Amino acid sequence: MEGLKITPELMLFGGIAGLAALGAVGVVAFRSAVRSALCLVINFFMLAFLYFTLNAEMLGITQIVVYTGAIMVLFLFVIMLLNLSAPQLLFEKKDVKIGAGMLMGMALFGLVASQVLLPLKDITTTRSNDAFGAPEPVGRALFTMYAWPFEVASILLLIGIVGSILLAKRKI
Amino acid sequence: MNGVPLIAYLALGLFMFTTGVVGVIIRRNPIVIFMCIELMLNAVNLTFLAFARYQPTQSHLTSQELVQGSMAGQMMVIFVMAVAAAEVAVGLGIIMAIFRLRENIDIDEMNLLRG
Repeated sequence: MEGLKITPELMLFGGIAGLAALGAVGVVAFRSAVRSALCLVINFFMLAFLYFTLNAEMLGITQIVVYTGAIMVLFLFVIMLLNLSAPQLLFEKKDVKIGAGMLMGMALFGLVASQVLLPLKDITTTRSNDAFGAPEPVGRALFTMYAWPFEVASILLLIGIVGSILLAKRKI
Repeated sequence: MNGVPLIAYLALGLFMFTTGVVGVIIRRNPIVIFMCIELMLNAVNLTFLAFARYQPTQSHLTSQELVQGSMAGQMMVIFVMAVAAAEVAVGLGIIMAIFRLRENIDIDEMNLLRG
């Protein structure tokens, strides 16, 4: 880490990462579920920008389309449908759980940071080629080497569709 | 992007993961708990992509192995996204079904699975 120059790239990363971290904290800290969902949208957008900075353009676009486009819309739809802004549902008791959870979170952060992150602190060079995240090589890998997991994922999604329809219907 | 060390991405991923864990522990609203699970999955995705880009290993890799390694990280991210989508669809369906059964979705009050 010593001798790390403050480059424009680092400042850009700091801004995006700071916003992403703020969004992550907002998801947990806001009492209203709608506000948590909107913070999560901010977080997902910032993550997509970070994917762009890692040259993973295809996955950045997929992040925006799948997460902010589909999953968050589903979340907001269910929040509106359940009318969770009713005050009795938002009642969060102040109990010992909050302090214990914070403590455990900090312990987890410290443990992983000291054991996993610190040995990797000197790595600054990128070794993959710059075009590794373009749609063409990703699609080529997905449909040749990873065709079997791809089909399994499609079956999983099909089961998910059928299961959620089954759960949502009042009468079958 | 040159000039950014790998540990910066990993630290952000670790922070997001920890925030998700804390959220799952301390929140009582099941939808927010689901959002925290999404947060954890996204933190892992970021770590996968950072490792795919930097490939921090001591050994000397041929260019073929480098390409395969960077592809493996991205494929994992794609499958995590697929699993997350299926999980959200089914999980929100379960929450809707529970809410229809009883007009209260406080996670601490749910004891339907108790024997």
